[in-house]
Amino acid sequence: MKNNQLLTRRKAMITGLASMGGLLLPGCSKKLPPTYGNILRMGDTLTYAAHRALLPGQSLAREYSHKDITSFPAIGTTNPGDPNKKPKPNETYRRLQSGAFADWRLSIEGLVTRPGSYSLAELKRFPSRTQITRHTCEEGWSAIGEWTGVPLSRVLDAAGMLPTARFISYYSYDDWVDSIDLFDALHPQTLLAYGMNGRDLPVPHGAPVRLRVETQLGYKSMKYLQRIVVGDKFDDGGDKGSIQNGWSWYAGI
Amino acid sequence: MTELPQTPVQTNTTGHTRWVRISHWIVSVSFLTLAFSGFVILMAHPRLYWGEAGNNLTPALFELPISRNHQHSGWEKAVPFFQDPASPISANRTYQIFNQNGWGRSLHFLAAWFLVVPGAVYLLAGLFTGHFRRHLVPRPGELTPRLIGQDLKSHLRLRIRSATGGPHYGLLQKCAYSGVVFLALPLAVATGLAMSPTITAAYPFLSRIFGGFQSARTIHFFASLVLVLFLLVHVVMIIKSGFRRQMRAMTFGKIT
Repeated sequence: MKNNQLLTRRKAMITGLASMGGLLLPGCSKKLPPTYGNILRMGDTLTYAAHRALLPGQSLAREYSHKDITSFPAIGTTNPGDPNKKPKPNETYRRLQSGAFADWRLSIEGLVTRPGSYSLAELKRFPSRTQITRHTCEEGWSAIGEWTGVPLSRVLDAAGMLPTARFISYYSYDDWVDSIDLFDALHPQTLLAYGMNGRDLPVPHGAPVRLRVETQLGYKSMKYLQRIVVGDKFDDGGDKGSIQNGWSWYAGI
Repeated sequence: MTELPQTPVQTNTTGHTRWVRISHWIVSVSFLTLAFSGFVILMAHPRLYWGEAGNNLTPALFELPISRNHQHSGWEKAVPFFQDPASPISANRTYQIFNQNGWGRSLHFLAAWFLVVPGAVYLLAGLFTGHFRRHLVPRPGELTPRLIGQDLKSHLRLRIRSATGGPHYGLLQKCAYSGVVFLALPLAVATGLAMSPTITAAYPFLSRIFGGFQSARTIHFFASLVLVLFLLVHVVMIIKSGFRRQMRAMTFGKIT
C-alpha cells in the first residue's frame, strides 16, 4: 500500500518535470522566441511562457510620488554622437542633435496600414501620459524617475497595426535592436518617452525619445529610438539583439 | 572518548523515503547553482540598499569588496535634475564594469525553477504524508532549555551521533532542517519573486511586505548567506557522522 503511494507520488513528480520540459521544447511554437538549443535560453523561454500563462493581464507597475524621484545613473551609450565614441560616432545623430532634434523622425514600418514617420512635435500632439516608475537594471541597482510620453499603443493604433502583428521590434541610433511582444507593447505604461523629470529627455538618458517598458528590466527600455517595425514573426535582431549577445530576450523575470 | 554508545534509534529508522531523496538531490544541485550564479550577479553591483531604489549615485547600506566594481569611480560630473540644492542628480558612467549577468542571470532563473517546482512538491508531500509532523518539526515538549542546551553542548564538542540513515533526527537537527525548509528557502524564493518587475506589477504586496525592491534584494542576500552557512554545517555534520553511510542513505535509501 505504502509503496504504491510512493510510486504514484514519484510518477507525479516525474510527470510534472516532464511537462516543464515540454514547455522548453524549442521551435514548436511561433509565439516563443528561439532557443537555438541553448539550455539558458530554454530557461528564459520557460519563464516567459509561465508569466504569460499564469499572471493576470497587463497589471500596472507601481507608480511613485514626486518626492520619491532619485538620482539616476546614465550607463551604456550616453551620447551616440560623441566624437570620441567607439567604434565611431553616429553622424546622423550628431546632425540631429545639433538641430535640437527638429529633423528627428521615428519611422513606423512593417505590418501597419499607414507606414510613415513621426516628428517629435507630432508625437507630442498625441494624448500624453506621465508616470513616476522604478527603472530596474539587470546589474542590481534601481532608480525612480518621472517619464512623460505617448503610450506606444496609441501610435500603433494611429499607424493601423494589422491583426497578424505579434511582435514590435525597435532600433536605436547606438546600434541596438530589440523587441517586445504585443502584451507588453500594448501595456498602458509602455511609452515612447520624450520627457524626464519634467524636462525634455536629456541626451544621456536617450534623447529625443526612448522606450519605457515598465514590466521588464531596464535594458528593454531602449534609448535613442530610430525605427519601429511591426512584425508577425520573432526577430532576434541578429548580432545587434539581446539573444545573440548572450542576454535573455524576455526580461520580465 | 569519541566513541558514543549506539543509540536505539538506529535500529528503527525508517530511512529516507524516495521522494525525500529525489527532492533532496534536485534541490541540492539547484541550490549550488543558485549560490554560484547569485554570487556572479552580485559582483556586477556589490552594493546593497534599503527601500525601493538605490544606485551608485545614492548612499548604500553597505558595499562588499568582491569585484572590481567595488567603489569604482568612473563617473562624469553630476548634473542636478531640479533647481533645489537637494535635487537628485544624473551622471554618466565612463567605466567598463565587470558584468557576467548575461549567462549569470539566465542560469540563476533556470536553477530557480528546479528549486521552486520540486520544492513545492516536497512541501505538499511533507505536509500530507505527515513527514513534517513526525520527523521535521520539533515537538513542543522537546523545546526546553535543558534539552536544547544538552544537544548544543554535544554539538560544540563535536560529539555527533553516527549516521542512522534517516529520521528520527536530533533536536538541533530538526530545528536546522525546519529553519531551512520553512523559513530560509521560502524567504529566498519570496524575495527573489519580489525583485521581478512583471510579478510585482501583478502582485504588488510581494514587494511591499519587504519594504521595496532594494530591501528585497538585501534580504535575499542575507537569506542566501544563512543557507550557505547551513550547507557548510550540514556537510561537516555529514562527515562527522559517517560520510559514506550518509551519502548511501540519501542516495539509495538504505544504509547497508
